[in-house]
Amino acid sequence: MSILNWTYLFVGLSFSLYLFIAWRVRVKDTRGFYVAGRDVPAYANGMATAADWMSAASFISMAGLISTMGYAGSVYLMGWTGGFVLLALCLAPYLRKLGHYTVPEFIGDRYESDVARVIAIVCAVFISFTYVAGQMRGVGVVFSRFLNVDISTGVFIGMFIVFVYATLGGMKGITWTQVAQYWVLITAFLVPTIAISIQLTGHIVPSVGMGATLIEPSVVGQTNFLLNALDSTLTDFGWHFYTEAFEGKWSKFNVFATALTLMVGTAGLPHVIVRFYTVKNVQAARWSAFWALLFISILYLSAPSLASFSRYYMIHTLNGSSSESLPSWFIVGKKRV
Amino acid sequence: MNHPNTPHPSSNSNQQKKHNSYWNKNLKIMSLLLFCWFFFSLGCGVLWVDFLNQWTIPGTGFKLGFWFAQQGSIIAFVIIVFIYALTMNRVDKTENESKLNA
Repeated sequence: MSILNWTYLFVGLSFSLYLFIAWRVRVKDTRGFYVAGRDVPAYANGMATAADWMSAASFISMAGLISTMGYAGSVYLMGWTGGFVLLALCLAPYLRKLGHYTVPEFIGDRYESDVARVIAIVCAVFISFTYVAGQMRGVGVVFSRFLNVDISTGVFIGMFIVFVYATLGGMKGITWTQVAQYWVLITAFLVPTIAISIQLTGHIVPSVGMGATLIEPSVVGQTNFLLNALDSTLTDFGWHFYTEAFEGKWSKFNVFATALTLMVGTAGLPHVIVRFYTVKNVQAARWSAFWALLFISILYLSAPSLASFSRYYMIHTLNGSSSESLPSWFIVGKKRV
Repeated sequence: MNHPNTPHPSSNSNQQKKHNSYWNKNLKIMSLLLFCWFFFSLGCGVLWVDFLNQWTIPGTGFKLGFWFAQQGSIIAFVIIVFIYALTMNRVDKTENESKLNA
């Protein structure tokens, strides 16, 4: 079977799974639609939050960004997960305590003002639109690549699927679909990461492999730790160290400010906040925040490993080839670094 | 959520005291954990990363600062949220029990 057929098979299977779940848990009342009847167990809500929160950016582009940026790529790792900590500590339990359906409702009641509520609605709509635009583009890119269709066609396919299961199942359908999505996502990410980790370092856990020694040392007479080999090869090419902090425009202040901005911004994502309304009580909201971050960390600890593996792999595949025989994207990438 | 220092006129002082002690515990736990949050990520991962990079984690190729930025901070975050859920839920539980006894 060709790669394209395999892709059709897997995409088809995961879509049918999502639609099947949506049909099974379809809802009939308001409580079910907005807050999944408030009976989602903490670990399941954690899994759904993790899938919800790890968007196209985490899944498709983060490892690649870290791979090209090296140390500076850590802003995404620290920024996004650190923002989740703020959300779990400062927002989620208090929002759940008041027990509403949406954030604007909370704001309106907390400040006893309809003006505040309207402002909150405008903000939520604005943030959601901006966010969805990026996500949908991601969906389009994925489908255009895997199904060989136009990016806009890809966007429409994705929109249709989400529309069906969201209107059918409401929050309940979305929750259970996302639990399934988490497993699809983490499997898809970990299989290649573990494979490349075993191939390069012989370690099953990518985070361990990243700090380990290479099976086949590239340069004789040097310490053959992966990161050291990566650093020395990169300097041979005239680039900066992979692990070097603060080079180029990424000064200490810049890294600090970017990480902090990402943290504060992540803490306010409306689609993640709303997830905490679906659990039974405040205590469950706290536990589900823990579960979510635990499930998220599995991907976030593997992504930097994948980044360093692939940078090493790429450099060594290209090493020795002349600049004429290099692919064009490689030249473009070098200019931008 | 009323601010602890501005007592609601209708609440009696005993209840207010209990609420205050609960809120103070809450603040103490939060500020401690937020300090750890800052220390391990923006601290070890950004502010002192070049200083920490002079050491390598024994037996690995990880420079210490780099490890904090790409691995350690995330591990610390998971532990922080775990401790938060554990301690705050315990505080909630004792609070509820004392409410029932009163």
